[in-house]
Amino acid sequence: MKYSTWSLLRGALTGHRNWPAAWRDATPKPRYDIIIVGGGGHGLAAAYYLAKNHGITNVAVLERGWIGGGNTGRNTTIVRSNYLYPESARLYDFSLKLYEGLTRSLNFNIMLSQRGLVMLAHSRHDLDSQARFANAMCMNGIAAEMLTREEVGALAPALDLSPRARLPVLGGLTQRRAGTARHDAVAWGYARAASALGVDIVQNCEVRGFIKEGGRVVGVDTSVARIRADRVGIAAAGHSSVLAAMAGFRLPVTSYALQAMVTEPIKPLLDTVVLSPGTGAYVSQSDKGEMVIGAMLDLFPSYAQRGSFAVTQAVLAATLALFPCFSRLQLLRQWAGIVDVVHDSSPILGATPIPNLYINCGWGTGGFKGIPVGGWTFAHVLATGSNHPLAEPFQLQRFITGRLIDEAAASGIAH
Amino acid sequence: MMHIPCICCGLRDESEFICAGTAHMVRPGLNEDDAAWGEYLFFRDNPKGVHLERWRHSFGCGQWFNLVRHTVTHEILAVYAMTGSPP
Repeated sequence: MKYSTWSLLRGALTGHRNWPAAWRDATPKPRYDIIIVGGGGHGLAAAYYLAKNHGITNVAVLERGWIGGGNTGRNTTIVRSNYLYPESARLYDFSLKLYEGLTRSLNFNIMLSQRGLVMLAHSRHDLDSQARFANAMCMNGIAAEMLTREEVGALAPALDLSPRARLPVLGGLTQRRAGTARHDAVAWGYARAASALGVDIVQNCEVRGFIKEGGRVVGVDTSVARIRADRVGIAAAGHSSVLAAMAGFRLPVTSYALQAMVTEPIKPLLDTVVLSPGTGAYVSQSDKGEMVIGAMLDLFPSYAQRGSFAVTQAVLAATLALFPCFSRLQLLRQWAGIVDVVHDSSPILGATPIPNLYINCGWGTGGFKGIPVGGWTFAHVLATGSNHPLAEPFQLQRFITGRLIDEAAASGIAH
Repeated sequence: MMHIPCICCGLRDESEFICAGTAHMVRPGLNEDDAAWGEYLFFRDNPKGVHLERWRHSFGCGQWFNLVRHTVTHEILAVYAMTGSPP
């Protein structure tokens, strides 16, 4: 069913009782061409692009819980492409461009809002490093602008801009094409489009092992059934290491909890995304009016989707220093997602040491913005067995050769 | 917030400590190849369950020590000295 003004009107006239399910909740077949483990944004996008770009529709997405219920439902919905190195800039800007056309190509409103993102400079050192950052972005063909304190104030008047502020704002850096998108809509939009092309989306199906023959992966053992496949792809974010251990290899990944929280909804106050890299706090306002607050990592290995109170407290203190007018808002919800952090904060997109087994992981704190390109390039390697040119620099092998793409150390970006 | 038993000071709040990752990593010999060094520097078991890890009471006595901690429940199962072997 194509969604349009007419379908909406028809729905309204029939009391919204006759909407068909957006996608088909499948039971697994005994064999597929390709199985994707993980029904988050990356897994669903890969399934969609396998069908759309490569014509491979005998595909299953196996999800342990419900689709979009992991990190896809636990992030702060920010999309941007402000990275330092050419490889990253190409990758993330391709993703942002796909996001820009996604509502139309999926026929599902992902509520993309390119409201811009402002990174605050709190010191002379921040200003210097942001100038370097802006220049690098412009060299990579991605528009970036340095802002004065007054310009930051015009974009986010609720900030404490006084010279005596605990975190003084000296200026900032903006990417105006950055913004937010509706996370559930991204998962459901990809699921609906993939399902319409014949992909099986299987929920409540936990992978418990890999079937191997002659050292090659030929299927998966799940809580539901034993399913064979020609190729298997893992897109499991914070649980990548667990699946890798089942398959018999290791990853350069450590799993950490990354927290976020929302306040009670208020009237429109902030129409851009504000990021304070120095404190790790970032804030935007959701369409419902909640202030969405993200934190830095809880810096110890964790698979608990809770988050430590010590970090909650630190990020809220920083947020209140930036926006004193939030002081009487009440928090509605706080949660954490388990993110797969690698040493250079760049993803791993390609082959594993086990034949027929591929992996999409290592997005760490920034997986949501990478969903379209992660899915696109993962579908390419799963379909053809060779890397998409955009994914070529992001191979597991770089941790042996030392050819890291070090967005973590170089740019000091938050996520 | 976790309460972490510093080997020197006893139970203190998690915010006084830093975690320095997996314990008992063995540095490869100088003549070993890139694969061995890559494994040492970057690759980890990253278990969902019991993990042996190094901690430091950075905002306290400064002491380094090892913890046996569960990465899902965050339960601390044992504490032992930096040079000790896991219980």
